[in-house]
Amino acid sequence: MIVAERKPLDDIIEMLGGQGKVLAVGCGTCVAVCFAGGKKEVEMLASSLRMSTNLKGNKLEVDETSVQRQCEAEYLEVLDERVKDYDAIVSLGCGVGVQYLAERFPEKRIIPALDTKFMGGPTEAGVWEERCQGCGSCVLGITGGVCPISRCAKQLMNGPCGGSKHGHCEIDEDVPCAWQKIWESMEKLGRLDELMQVSAPKDWSTSRDGGPRRVVRDDIRTPKTEDS
Amino acid sequence: MAMQQAIENTEEKGRALKAGSNLERVLAAGHFAVTGELEPPKSHDADIVRKRGKVVEECLDAANITDNQTAIVRMSSIGSALLIKDSGLEPVIQITCRDRNRLAMQADLLGAAAHGIKNVLCLSGDHQSFGNHPGAKNVHDIDSMQLIRMIKDMRDESRFQCGEEIPGGGPRFFIGAAANPFADPLELRPHRLAKKVAAGADFVQTQLVYDMDQFRKYMAKVVDMGLHEKVSILAGVGPLKSTGMARYMRDKVPGMMVPDIFVDRMADAVKGIDKDDKAAKQEAWRAEGIKICIEQCLEMKEIEGVAGVHIMAIGWETAVRPIVEGAGLMPRPKVD
Amino acid sequence: MTQSPEFEPQIVAFCCLHCAYAAADLAGGSRCGYPSSIKIVAVPCTGRVDSVHLVKTLEDGADGVMVAGCLPGRCHFQTGNLHAKQRVDHVRELLEEIGLEPERVRMVNVSAGMGVQFAENAKDMSETIAALGPNPLRVPKSQASTTDAALEGTN
Repeated sequence: MIVAERKPLDDIIEMLGGQGKVLAVGCGTCVAVCFAGGKKEVEMLASSLRMSTNLKGNKLEVDETSVQRQCEAEYLEVLDERVKDYDAIVSLGCGVGVQYLAERFPEKRIIPALDTKFMGGPTEAGVWEERCQGCGSCVLGITGGVCPISRCAKQLMNGPCGGSKHGHCEIDEDVPCAWQKIWESMEKLGRLDELMQVSAPKDWSTSRDGGPRRVVRDDIRTPKTEDS
Repeated sequence: MAMQQAIENTEEKGRALKAGSNLERVLAAGHFAVTGELEPPKSHDADIVRKRGKVVEECLDAANITDNQTAIVRMSSIGSALLIKDSGLEPVIQITCRDRNRLAMQADLLGAAAHGIKNVLCLSGDHQSFGNHPGAKNVHDIDSMQLIRMIKDMRDESRFQCGEEIPGGGPRFFIGAAANPFADPLELRPHRLAKKVAAGADFVQTQLVYDMDQFRKYMAKVVDMGLHEKVSILAGVGPLKSTGMARYMRDKVPGMMVPDIFVDRMADAVKGIDKDDKAAKQEAWRAEGIKICIEQCLEMKEIEGVAGVHIMAIGWETAVRPIVEGAGLMPRPKVD
Repeated sequence: MTQSPEFEPQIVAFCCLHCAYAAADLAGGSRCGYPSSIKIVAVPCTGRVDSVHLVKTLEDGADGVMVAGCLPGRCHFQTGNLHAKQRVDHVRELLEEIGLEPERVRMVNVSAGMGVQFAENAKDMSETIAALGPNPLRVPKSQASTTDAALEGTN
């Protein structure tokens, strides 16, 4: 899932200018599951925004709603009429959701309420960890199911570096050393010899470095008819 | 068998030098090599570099010039290297994978070679979160292993990393790698060294060694694997400056093992000295630090597979001469 | 904040049915009464009390919110009271961001037999809130219109 976290309240209020009529829009997908942008978080944020601006003597009217998914245009249709009453929209979606709202309602100011953090999952209740960076060329098959691109601070392809200590990364004791995990995993699989090969430089052109990416599936696209 | 191989290996080294640097020649001739580390200043003051070089010039076969060490911006490794090279000390430039992608690295290597630089040390680089620009974006386009292989392919195959031919042949570098015998998992460390050798490392400089027992175990495995015949291993040593520094390195520095005995020896060195007499304390500490370092150099000479020492006296260049002298490693050999 | 002498705090207490609610009952039935400013809302467990409840209670004008759950280790649902404590802490941080005193929200722990302690907790909470003054978001009607007029005047 995409993991996000709420921005500081003051930052959101500053972007809003502290006045007017605002619609806070949640998203029922990833950010709801990581407790950042679901219905309840929308309620909390809307209430907090009203209280905070009210205390400062400003008049910010905040209404609440949530859609199943901000990152697909079809799910935003339900807002078409409603947004007309508002000066701005506060999105509690991820960066994708914010942009889909902005594309659908180009005449409205869209304010992001969340910072989109990473693709990952919970490791325990209340803790989420990064697992994927979308490099576009998955190496998990040769790294024992542990991703060095998202989980090694130096994105090593031939780790671990000299900073691995008691299974942790040198940058933070709470961060496990990905390469120690890779070695342990490959040892269990009886494939340690594969790690002795020097892996070639990674081709980053499939990653963000190649520019904004796109996936096209002709078998799924809307068929072109003679009329169109 | 191993001995036979060693002789052949040495002969091979002697026959065809890869880069022909002073460090390579000293090692090929079978001398116990001495390298050191110079830290460029956080300024563009050329005199500081030259002065630091002058202090250690006669004591070292080559001096490493760090590359934004601990992720703190300093004069560039190549820029500083040219300054000390002009005054007669052979530089080992360092390249970290943190700050440059493969384009910048290859460009720098060509530039360095054009200026007659012949040694290079390949590093991952300390994470930027430790330095003075924690908000910097790191690069890590390739890792240190791939950097070694890239420089080797440039030299031996005359090819850029992309496979394209380098017109007129590739730059000739004596390729160095770093090794940390003390990082976890310990049992993996000799294998990681083997991987660096397979990638193309010609010499290796280790992390600072204080735990001699652990280092001996590491070297025994390294020798057992025959790695010492394929790569010249220089053991990292460095003088302790105070009890506090010893304790800090023992407790806080990742990938460092400092036995209690050294902490105790540093503490004992200032026993009986008035707590407020800072100058006397510093003198006693420094004398003991140098003494310990000399003992370590002497021990290193006796360990099978150790081809030299790499003295890291960061910010204390004046300690290098007494250490090298004390270890009976002066004068440095001249090998043609 | 000017505090009118007749200020009587309005405090909502979310009380767990298994402990604090019974304790409040006990306190009421015995001589040790608790301040009338405490308005009790019974919940099956303080684990049921969400951060949203705490924030909305304040937004709707309560001067303080008290969450009263079982003693640590004695929750009928194992950890409901511990979850409640974490949420109270979270909301206190949020109140600071909002600009409201965190002391307006508090967690207390009592058993069903601790009527006296419940009364003491309630009294202490009431005094804390009395000292803080009314919730600035609960502006009396008359004052509200003046504020509105004043705001309009500036436009």
